[in-house]
Amino acid sequence: MRTTEGRRGRLILCILAAALLSLFLLSFWLGRYDVPPGEVIRILLARLFPLDATWTEQMQVAVVHIRLPRILLACMVGGCLATAGTAYQSVFRNPMAAPDILGASSGACFGAALAILLGFSRSSVTVLAFGSSLLSVALVYAIARRTRGNQVMSILLAGVMIGSLFSACTSYVKLVADPSNQLPEITYWLMGSLSGSRLKDVSFAVIPMLIGLVPLYILRWRINLLTLDEEEARSMGVHTRRLRLTVILCATVLTAVSVAVSGMIGWVGLVIPHLSRKLVGNDCRYLLPVSTIFGAIFLLLVDNVSRNLLAVEIPIGILTAFVGAPFFLYLMTRKEHSL
Amino acid sequence: MILSVENLCFSYGAHQVLQQVDFAVEKGEFLSILGPNGVGKSTLFRCMLGTLTGYQGSVLVKGREIRTLSHRERAQRIAYIPQSHRPTFGYTVLDTALMGTTRQFSPFQQPKRAQTDMALAALERVGVLHLAQRNFAHLSGGEQQLVLIARAIAQQSDILIMDEPTSALDYGNQLRVLRQVRDLSREGYTVLLSTHNPQHALTFADRVLALHNGTVAAHGTAKEVLNPELLRRLYRVEAILADTPGGSVIVPLTEEGES
Repeated sequence: MRTTEGRRGRLILCILAAALLSLFLLSFWLGRYDVPPGEVIRILLARLFPLDATWTEQMQVAVVHIRLPRILLACMVGGCLATAGTAYQSVFRNPMAAPDILGASSGACFGAALAILLGFSRSSVTVLAFGSSLLSVALVYAIARRTRGNQVMSILLAGVMIGSLFSACTSYVKLVADPSNQLPEITYWLMGSLSGSRLKDVSFAVIPMLIGLVPLYILRWRINLLTLDEEEARSMGVHTRRLRLTVILCATVLTAVSVAVSGMIGWVGLVIPHLSRKLVGNDCRYLLPVSTIFGAIFLLLVDNVSRNLLAVEIPIGILTAFVGAPFFLYLMTRKEHSL
Repeated sequence: MILSVENLCFSYGAHQVLQQVDFAVEKGEFLSILGPNGVGKSTLFRCMLGTLTGYQGSVLVKGREIRTLSHRERAQRIAYIPQSHRPTFGYTVLDTALMGTTRQFSPFQQPKRAQTDMALAALERVGVLHLAQRNFAHLSGGEQQLVLIARAIAQQSDILIMDEPTSALDYGNQLRVLRQVRDLSREGYTVLLSTHNPQHALTFADRVLALHNGTVAAHGTAKEVLNPELLRRLYRVEAILADTPGGSVIVPLTEEGES
C-alpha cells in the first residue's frame, strides 16, 4: 500500500536527479566562449583521471575556473534555499513561509553591506554576511524564548521585527556609503548574483551546507509531526521544542550560507517547496530530497538564462522573481489548486 | 490500577482550575468524564499528557509519575486523540496513521516496513483501510476521527485519552466512533473520554467521572452516578431518566419548572 506512494516519490526523485545531471553537464557547454561538448567532458574527467590535454588553455579556464564554480554554486544555493524553505514551512505550519522569514537574509545583507562599507575583501564580505545572518536569527530565537504563549507565533513576530530592523540598518549603511563605488557594489550584491563565483566560494559553502542538510535529512520523518498541533506531536513522543530548534537552526545555516555566497536570491525558497509539494505531497521523507534537487535545477536553469540571454548579465535575484512570481500566481489561480 | 490521579491541583496564575482531583482507572475501563464548559476537563488531560507540568499532587501511570517520563516513554503509555485535527499540510491517511508509530524508533530513523504494516492493521481495525491513500484533509469529520483513532492504535499505548472526540460529528458518526471506542476498551484498552453528552456516557461508558467547580462531583458506574440530581448540579438542567428496552435514556425537560 505504502509502496504506491513511495514508488511515486522515488520515481519522481530519479527523474529529477537525471534531469539535474543532464542540465549540469549541458550548462558547461553554454556560454559565450564556445567549448565543444566532448572537450567539456574530457576537461572535467581530467580533474579526476590523468588524460592527455586535447583542449586549449582558454577552454580549460572557461570550464574549470569560470563555469564549474558557478554551476556548482547555482546547484548548491538553489538546493539549500529550497530545502530551507520546505523546512521552515513545516516548522511554522505555514505554506507561505520562506527562508528569509526569520530575518536570516536581512541579517546577511546588513553584514555584507557593512563589510563593503568598511572596505573588506570579498571573502570577508561573505564571512561577515554569514555571521550576521546567524546572529540575527539567534536574536530572534532569544527574544521569542522570553515571551509567553505560542512559541511559533512569537518566533515569527520576532523574525519580522528583527528582519525590518536589519533592513533599516542596511539602508543606513547605503546612505553613508560612498556613492561612486561602494553604493553600487552594495546594491549589486543585494540583488543577488552568481557571476564571478570562485572555487573558494564553493569550498567555503560546502561545509555549512552539509551541516544544515544532513540533520534535516536524518530527521525528515519527524519534521512531518511538527506540522501537527503541539499537544498531538508531543503525545506521539516527539520532543517538539528540541526538534523545532534543531530544524530552525539547520534551515537558518542553509539560508545564511546561501545568501552569504550569492546575495539575495528570492522566490526559490517559496516557489520550489510549493511545486515540490504538488509533485510528491507533504511527506518530508520524499518532499525534502525532491525540493533540494528541484531547487538546484531551478536555480541552475535561471542562472543559465541569466548569463546567456542578454549581452549584459541580469542579476539572478531579479530573474528568479521575474520567473517565480508570475508562475506562482498562475498556480494560485488554477482551479484545482488550493494552498 | 493502570492510572491513578492523586490530589491533583492546578492553577493558571491565580485562577485555580483543579482542586484535589482524586480518582483511579482500572485496565480496560471506559471512563467518561463529564462536566460543564470550563470545568477543567482539558486541563486534566493536559496534566496527564505532560503538557502541563506545574501541578501539585501526582499522576501515576502503572505506578510511575508521568512528569518524570520522557516524551517517548509517555507516548508508549498514553495516546491522545484530539477533538479535531486540522492539518496545515494534507497527509495521506496512511501517513497520518503512520505518525502514531513514531515513538517506536529513534529520532534518527524513518518508519520501516513493520511500522507501515502496523499502521495498515490499525486502519483496518477501525474500518477505514480503503481510505489509506486519500488525503486526510479531504475526509469527512467522522472518517477523520476514525483515522485519528487508528493513529492511536498504531501508537500501541495502553491508555487512550480522547478530548470530546464526537463534538464535531453528526449523529450517526458520533455513534459509530463511540461504538469503536467501546470495542477497544473491551479489548483491553483503557479509555478516558470527555464528552458534553451525558447520554453517551450512560450508553457507552463503564464508569463516569463528573467534575464540578474543579473538583470531583461524582465517580462511579454510569448507572449509579448519572441521576437527575447530578445533571441539575452540573448543567443546571432538569431531566429524568427513563428505562427503555434499549437501555436508559436521559430525557431533558424542556419546560421550566416542570419537575
